[in-house]
Order: sequence, then structure tokens, then C-alpha cells
Amino acid sequence: MRREIPLIITFVVGVAFVIQYFIPHSPFDRFEQLFSDWFFIIAACAIWLGALNLMKLSLIKIQKRRKDWQYAVVIVVSWLTMAIAGFAGGRDFQTPGTAFDWLYQYIYTPLSATMFAILAFFVASASYRAFRARNLQASLLLVAGFLVMMGRVLFDDILFGRLFENFQPLADVSNFIMNYPNMAGQRAIMIGIALGIVSTALRIILGIERSYLGGGD
Amino acid sequence: MGFWNTMLAVDRRWIFLLVFLSLLIPMFLGVTFKLSISPEVQTLYDTLEQLPNGSTVLMTFDYDPPSAPELQPMADAAVKYAFKRDFKLIIMGLWPQGPLQAEISVREAMKDPEIQARNLEYGVDYVNLGFQAGNEFVIQRMGTDFREAFPRDIRGTDYSEVPLLKNTKNFSNVDFVFNFSAGYPGTVEWVQIAVDRFGVKLGAGNTAVQAPLAYPYLGAGQLVGLLGGMRGGAEFERLTGFKAKATTFMLSQTFAHAIVIVFVILGNIAYFVTRKKEQ
Repeated sequence: MRREIPLIITFVVGVAFVIQYFIPHSPFDRFEQLFSDWFFIIAACAIWLGALNLMKLSLIKIQKRRKDWQYAVVIVVSWLTMAIAGFAGGRDFQTPGTAFDWLYQYIYTPLSATMFAILAFFVASASYRAFRARNLQASLLLVAGFLVMMGRVLFDDILFGRLFENFQPLADVSNFIMNYPNMAGQRAIMIGIALGIVSTALRIILGIERSYLGGGD
Repeated sequence: MGFWNTMLAVDRRWIFLLVFLSLLIPMFLGVTFKLSISPEVQTLYDTLEQLPNGSTVLMTFDYDPPSAPELQPMADAAVKYAFKRDFKLIIMGLWPQGPLQAEISVREAMKDPEIQARNLEYGVDYVNLGFQAGNEFVIQRMGTDFREAFPRDIRGTDYSEVPLLKNTKNFSNVDFVFNFSAGYPGTVEWVQIAVDRFGVKLGAGNTAVQAPLAYPYLGAGQLVGLLGGMRGGAEFERLTGFKAKATTFMLSQTFAHAIVIVFVILGNIAYFVTRKKEQ
């Protein structure tokens, strides 16, 4: 029964969702409400599960003095600071002027943005070392990349802006690449992914694909 | 070791330094250029312009601080534009940090003297519904009833007690949806559920990395327009007249792109020259 019950639940929920999508009327719309309520509850619990798991792993790391345990101290302190500021603020803890809002605006936001901004430096360095026109495909990618990079910034305006009004050859080429080759490629990928999702979903609903249950086949 | 071999072995800290300078120096030059407007930005702006004053607009902030440098300027301009047009603004987020990013935009808009003079009132002219976990299921649930997805707003006020939401039951009471997205859940999910299933009119602002994924929806008419990356934000700022960070940072981005292009070209020349010598 440990295998059969999850398979039955998956089948019932999967079929109910498919039906309610195509027949959004009573009684099928009630399935959607019921199952999406459950989904909201599970999703909210998953956030807590993730947060508490992070705390648990960090505390174990500190306790056992594992490699780089000092970073775990930062995680625990940050976690507790944000949680205490949030709970202390009551229901409207996110409104402007609260301690949580201050921490978010002046600590969390700049730190997160800085971490992501560092990527620009690594991308520049990695492009220099790895982006080589070794063959035709790589050369095409390189040229397309250059054209889009130039078309998406101010090259046109700097090079031609003072001479010709509304002369934007690089922007036009960039728009062409985005609107035709890119769009065609993206469509092909999306159709492929969609077909893959449909077939996998059917396999799961019908109980053919069981790897999500764990423990071998 | 020859010049090209030295180039290939250049310390990456030199590249970091040049990128840093290329980003930093233009910020202080104070030079702005007249940007050309791409069709996808123009159509989005035109659609907004066609909405009557006082329309109900849902803005969904599906990003977090790491993407804010790209998305915040366009969000700021959109919020200012909405307030200027007296749109009734409903804010929400499928990312936990999204509604807080929206608060930053609202605060920024409130600094504008013209908007300040309107004495906009929270709950009457705009409301922030906050974050709800559940990704695309939240959108699906909103198709039936917003209240079921957001029983309370970000300040803990009951949905039924917010005057702005009295006549807003679901997407049929919303004139336009403006999504700012940095990934999943985001524009793709809004298209697949809100547009395809509930017939919502949707415009989007995406990070430059994500924007190419949205082009098929743009071509199919499922998206009325798209602001892609900082350039999209700068173009939108130009159209709305709220020139700010995106316009200012375009020159920095131009110089940074130039540095990357020059280095990639140099790297390729060095690679081929040294390979030829080895052969």
C-alpha cells in the first residue's frame, strides 16, 4: 500500500486538474479550489521547512566545527536578525519604517545586488578566455553576440547620432536577430519542452514513471 | 614569451579593473543620448496610453534585489506613470521579495512633486497585496477570485476592507497587467495562465537574460510589449518622461560592452596567432 496510495493520489489529482482546465464549471472547478488550497498550504510549509533546514544544517556545522563554519555563524545571525525583526513588527512588519523594512532596504538589497553585480566581472574574464571562434557555429554565435551586445546599448547613438537622425543600423540588426533567428530558435525549444512535459506528465499520472517515489523502480 | 602569449596569460584582475573603470567613469560624465525606441517598447507604451485615466492596473513584481539594478528603474518609471495617469494600482508578487521592491518604487514615486500633489491614499489609489506562495497556482486562483489568493494585503488589512478592492473580484475587473520578471515564476507563467486562460492584456519587463525567452509570446501577440533589460528600461523612461537610473547607466553599460567586445577580439587574435606559431 505504500506504493499504491501515492500512485492513486497522483492519478486522481492529475486527472482532476486536467479536467478542470478544460471544463472550468461546477463541479470540476471545485477540484481546482480544493487542490490549489492544498498546494498553497504545502508551498507555505515548504518555505518553513527550507528555512528551518538551513538553520539545522548551519547549527550542526558550527557545533562540529566543519570547514568554513564561520560562514554558518553569519547565516544563523542573519537568519535570527531578520526573523526577530519580522516577528517584532507584527502583521504589518513589511510597511515602510519598520525594522524589517530598514534591514531589507539597507542591508539585504545592497548585499544581494553586489553579489549579482560581481558576475559582470567574471563574465568579462570568462568571455576573454573561453569565447573562441574555433569553428563556423562558434563564429556565428560570436558575431551574433557582438551585434546584439552593440545594438542593445548606445553604439549607434555614439557613432552615428550626431551625423544622421534616426540612423540605427546596429539596433536594427539586433532587433532582427531577436525577432527572427532568436524567436524561431526559442519556439523550437519551447515546443520541444512542452511535448516533453506532456509526455512526462502522462507517464506520471498513469503510474508508468515512478522514480519520483524514490527507492528504485 | 611574445606579446600574444602575454595577452593570453594576462592576470584577470586587469580585466576586472578595466571593467570596473568602464562602469564607474561614465556614471560621472553626465552625458545622455537620445535613445531610439524599439517596437516592443513602443507598443507597450502605446497600449498604456490607450487606457483611460483611472483604469485598474495590476503590477506584479516577480524579482528580488539581485535583479533590481535592471528591473527597478523600469518599475519606478511604470509606477510613476501609473500614478500620473490616476490608474488604480494593485501590486503583488510571486517572489517573496517582489512586493518589497514595489514598496521601493512607490516610495520613489512619492518623491515626485507632481505625484505628491495628488495626495494619493493607500487602499484607495493603490494597494500592495504582498507575496503569496504557490507560483502559477496563485495566478490560476486569481482567475477565480483575488481574495482567495490574497485574503489580506501586505499591511494585514482584510481584502474586503480595502476600498480599492471592493469591486475587484478577478482578472475581468483588471484593465492591464504589468509584470516585472527575473525568472520563474514570471512572465512565462503569466502568459500561460493569465493571458491564455483568462484573456488578460499583459505587458512585461524582463532582465536582459530572460527577455529572449519572451520573444515568442511577443510575436504571437500574447504579450502586448516587452521592456528588455536596462535598454528597455531606458527607452521606457524616455517615453514616459521619467528619466532616471536606466538612462544614466546606459553609458556605463555601453562602455562595459565595449570592453568585453575588445577583450574577446584580442583573446581570439592571441589564440589564433599563438596556435599558428605552435603549428
